[in-house]
Amino acid sequence: MQEITKTKWQQPKALFKVKKLPWEFFLILITISVFILSAYASPYFLDPWNLSDATFNFVEKAIVALPLAMLIICRDIDLSIASIIALASVAMGFAAQYGFGIEMIIIIGISVGMLCGLVNGWVVTHFDIPAIVVTIGTMSLFRGISYILLGDQVLKDYPEGFDYFGQGYIYWVFSFEFLLFLIAALFFYFLLHRTNFGRRCYAIGNNPTAAFYSGINVKRHRLILFVIVGALAGVAAVLLTSRLGSTRPTIALGWELSIITMVVLGGVNIMGGAGTIAGVFIAVFLMGIVTFGLGLLNVPGIVMSIIIGGMLIAVIATPVLIKKFSKGN
Amino acid sequence: MKKLFTSREALLCALILVMTLAVGAIADDFLSISNLLSVYNDTSILIILALGQMLVIITRCIDLSVAANLALTGMVIAMINSAFPDFPVPLLILFGALLGLCMGMINGLLVWKLGIPAIVVTLGTMSIYRGIIFLLSDGAWVNAHEMSKVFMQIPRSTFIGIALLSWISVIVIASFYYFTRSSRTGREIYAAGNSPTAAFYTGIDVGRSQFIAFSISGMLAGLCGYLWVSRYAVAYVDVAAGFELQVISACVIGGISIMGGIGSVAGCVLGALFIGVINNALPVIGVSPFWQMAISGAVIVLAVIASSKAEKKSGRIILKSAALPISKQATLEQPTSKQAT
Repeated sequence: MQEITKTKWQQPKALFKVKKLPWEFFLILITISVFILSAYASPYFLDPWNLSDATFNFVEKAIVALPLAMLIICRDIDLSIASIIALASVAMGFAAQYGFGIEMIIIIGISVGMLCGLVNGWVVTHFDIPAIVVTIGTMSLFRGISYILLGDQVLKDYPEGFDYFGQGYIYWVFSFEFLLFLIAALFFYFLLHRTNFGRRCYAIGNNPTAAFYSGINVKRHRLILFVIVGALAGVAAVLLTSRLGSTRPTIALGWELSIITMVVLGGVNIMGGAGTIAGVFIAVFLMGIVTFGLGLLNVPGIVMSIIIGGMLIAVIATPVLIKKFSKGN
Repeated sequence: MKKLFTSREALLCALILVMTLAVGAIADDFLSISNLLSVYNDTSILIILALGQMLVIITRCIDLSVAANLALTGMVIAMINSAFPDFPVPLLILFGALLGLCMGMINGLLVWKLGIPAIVVTLGTMSIYRGIIFLLSDGAWVNAHEMSKVFMQIPRSTFIGIALLSWISVIVIASFYYFTRSSRTGREIYAAGNSPTAAFYTGIDVGRSQFIAFSISGMLAGLCGYLWVSRYAVAYVDVAAGFELQVISACVIGGISIMGGIGSVAGCVLGALFIGVINNALPVIGVSPFWQMAISGAVIVLAVIASSKAEKKSGRIILKSAALPISKQATLEQPTSKQAT
């Protein structure tokens, strides 16, 4: 038994603790080297406007990655995030068509997101079903509803001024989206690392039964997290819809996998119990810089997916391999 | 006898029958034997993939890379066929299955030897395999006119009036029935998924069982790569994109527990047939195909709610703490220092 616990499922984070090197340090190192390499490889990389443009490609995903990290720390997962974004976007599109104002559209978008999160959380906690199965189902369900409502049509009657959220700049090269992401990152940092609520996430992720007996309302806690993820997916829907200026049922298709990749790359243990917002924050930039740098070098998107997929496995496998080889000596 | 009527398989069977009859009441042609056979033929690939996925899920893992694996082998085979039309097709099929096996083994080895959670491994290999197709084909399509006649004819040719594609799936079902019930390896896979700790003490290598499950799933994906490409007579980068979720859905509807250790071949096949019948029935009764996704989503949610109750009754819940995955126990024994401070 001792042997399997030693060799199986060692999490990279725990391994790095042995060497007194935090996972975040490792990530920052990679991020900086990729940054320098990209700057060296392309003369256009260091232009502040180019860098600012690059942030648009990952900020919306990153905003959902933050609460999802907390959810995964709690041993849950939400695969329906991209579908929630689609459904929220469709709801906003219809709200805009009926002539609602900007505030109302945003409220509708975020509430639809929260409602979807509530459905996920309720089914998961009330019936005690693994989150991965439920959200595979709701992933089809939510996007399916968007398809039923919209078919092959496009909604694009958004009121004037709505484009600010996805396209506007607050100061110089700093876009509204990017600042919102920074604020969200700070908020989730405090929520996860500085509040009781956050500590409970770790407690539940490490041992739900023990957490229950120490007086944590585990079900309510998980339900709240699902709703938070839904709400932030709603926020991402507002930003994305505003940036694109139109809604189709295929909006944000396949995002769930890249968002989960961000979270896992950030050192969050997919089996629950460990992970930091700082790690996710750095991983988001790592992915953003890799994508942008390769894009400047004319590498097609699908080839980038090879690199990101390889990075995901390599980054998780390297510490395990280091441990194995150092053990052999 | 009572068990026979209340089991998940019987329920699914009844549901599929009722659905088929209801659709038949609206459109008579639906119930004709040739149409029913073609519905089954349509579902064959899903059935084969779902069976492979079943083994993986039973060992408490998940294989998200099946569709990418299918697309990659399909593309490689189609390219070989268009470049060397005289290369014997049976050898080509064998090659496809071997290629798929290799990709499945890569997944399995990463899970077994490095202990990386399966969802992370297959998330990574999914995008890698899909990307390699682009590198190989440069984004180009291999179309019907570039494929040899024999290549496209094999799954279409009939034997006793039934297409060979259906026969292949029947053979796979039969061998799975034997494999999961009567072979030692098959039983080990169930044991490893049911309780890894107990399996370990029994002398079963849990990681090896997971590796075998991944290899089989990969091999079947490779076989389906050929079947898919020759059936639809086209190969391109996005072949079967997102199909892995339909495969997992078929398993979930069929009552295979994502917590591992539970699931039967019959349930899995019925789960796949359920999806197949819905997909084929919607256009017949004039429902817009846009409804299909939402319906299968709702069915998955309802199916897992139903099976959660069934699993609770069997008393598995008492053993829940003992049946925690090893990983959880590992994290319990070694709390990271950040949480301790």
